[in-house]
Amino acid sequence: MFSIAGCLPVLLAFCGAPLLFSVINRTKAKFAGRRGAPWLQPYFELAKLLRKSAVYSRTTTPLFTLGPMVSCAATATALLFVPLSGVAPVFAFPGDVLWVVYLLGTSRFFMVLAALDTGSSFEGMGANREVFFSALAEPALLLSLTTLAVWSQSLSLGGIYGNLGAVVLAPAAGPPLLLVAAALLIVFLAENARIPVDDPTTHLELTMIHEVMILDHSGPDFALIQYAASLRLWLLGSLLVGVVVPWRSAGLVLNVLAGCTCLFLLAVLTGIIESVMARLRLVRVPEFLIAASVLSIVALVLMMR
Amino acid sequence: MAAWLDAVLVLLMLSGFWLLGSSRLQACIRTVAIQGVLLGLIPLLSEWPDVTPRLAVVAAISALIKAVILPYLLRRAIREANVRHEVDPMVGFTTSLLFGIGLWGISMYLASRLPVAEASVSSLQVPVSIFMVLCGLFLIVSRNTAVMQAIGYLALENGIYGFGWAFAIEEPLLVEMGVLLDVFVGVFVMGITIHHLSREFDTIETDELASLKD
Repeated sequence: MFSIAGCLPVLLAFCGAPLLFSVINRTKAKFAGRRGAPWLQPYFELAKLLRKSAVYSRTTTPLFTLGPMVSCAATATALLFVPLSGVAPVFAFPGDVLWVVYLLGTSRFFMVLAALDTGSSFEGMGANREVFFSALAEPALLLSLTTLAVWSQSLSLGGIYGNLGAVVLAPAAGPPLLLVAAALLIVFLAENARIPVDDPTTHLELTMIHEVMILDHSGPDFALIQYAASLRLWLLGSLLVGVVVPWRSAGLVLNVLAGCTCLFLLAVLTGIIESVMARLRLVRVPEFLIAASVLSIVALVLMMR
Repeated sequence: MAAWLDAVLVLLMLSGFWLLGSSRLQACIRTVAIQGVLLGLIPLLSEWPDVTPRLAVVAAISALIKAVILPYLLRRAIREANVRHEVDPMVGFTTSLLFGIGLWGISMYLASRLPVAEASVSSLQVPVSIFMVLCGLFLIVSRNTAVMQAIGYLALENGIYGFGWAFAIEEPLLVEMGVLLDVFVGVFVMGITIHHLSREFDTIETDELASLKD
């Protein structure tokens, strides 16, 4: 299924995704009593990186350059299948739930390969942690989407989020949907390497997870990684927002506007979480992620009741 | 009101998972206190249009005991015994959470087999109560500190109390008596036992209490 209306939110995502980072950073700056970087700072950084040339270590193979490219392309492809607040996605087919989840998995897999390709033991450690935590986050994401699929009787993301608006007003839907939303929030924070799981600003060896893997990339490669990260933030954010705000209207522009507003509110929430919470100890992170799976399993059982 | 009742019941179930996954005694005590408040809400929500004064008073008294007095006793116990964390449980916290999922499945299954389930207002009430009872039992057998076991006992009590309210419509007096007796026993057991334990021994680690010393 192809929907031309779905192109609008996707174009917005391609242009506006880095803005989410600046919203998060401005929120954190407000909490810290700073003024914060300019709104367009992520774009300046991308432009700066694209002008530079990349530096490659002699131990790396072409796989190292392939990593960021495939990662960015897979995330961008996944975005074509994800609806933003009820607007049908560009493409949809029954079962694209799994397709999207595994596109994200492919993106991560190639980042991990590129990290291992450098031959540095430090990057190997980062890749190890990244894979461990995403292996725990993936069941939570899949179970949450399964719950929604069961509830809305559809196997494609477009159908799931489209039907959600209609059925959500049934009173029995409240508690399970809240549980799913909580699980998706945890997955959102974990997969985007945000604070309770990973600190995006830290450069302390012992605590870094995601940042370790991308230490050796530079120039345009690094720009691709940053851009892919912002797209992933947008993608997982729209999955979460679609559940929390199941408000749908007939007008395309109104729907897209509502979705974008909610996404930026989510970015503010992320900034607040980052400001008021401390990072979890590394040994506590698995418990946190398993809690997300528990929430979604409970929601699934409640839905099937 | 059925939707609110469901929400309260889901919160109760999540508090059970929280007890399974948390190592801080203070947080666990706060959780059972919250359970007490939520349990106090159940009768008011399930008979919403015609809440009698007697019902409200019983709910209020038991909420007061469960949410204020028992937590106060437990807090005093951990202050005097000077313990803050469940350090080395028999079953780890992550494993406990996984066990919790199993317990939740078991309680859903049991509730679906029980013929009494239709009598209650919400179809979640019986499974959630059974889940809380099982959680409490699991805490009692899997944790080492006496305070944590007392918390488990309290969670078990809360489950029985919630189970009682599922049928309060049919057998009001019996349930009220049972509820108050439960609470009384809870106060009795924990107040006295923990107090004695903490006075008598420096530690409330039951493993150490079990080993003999000269």
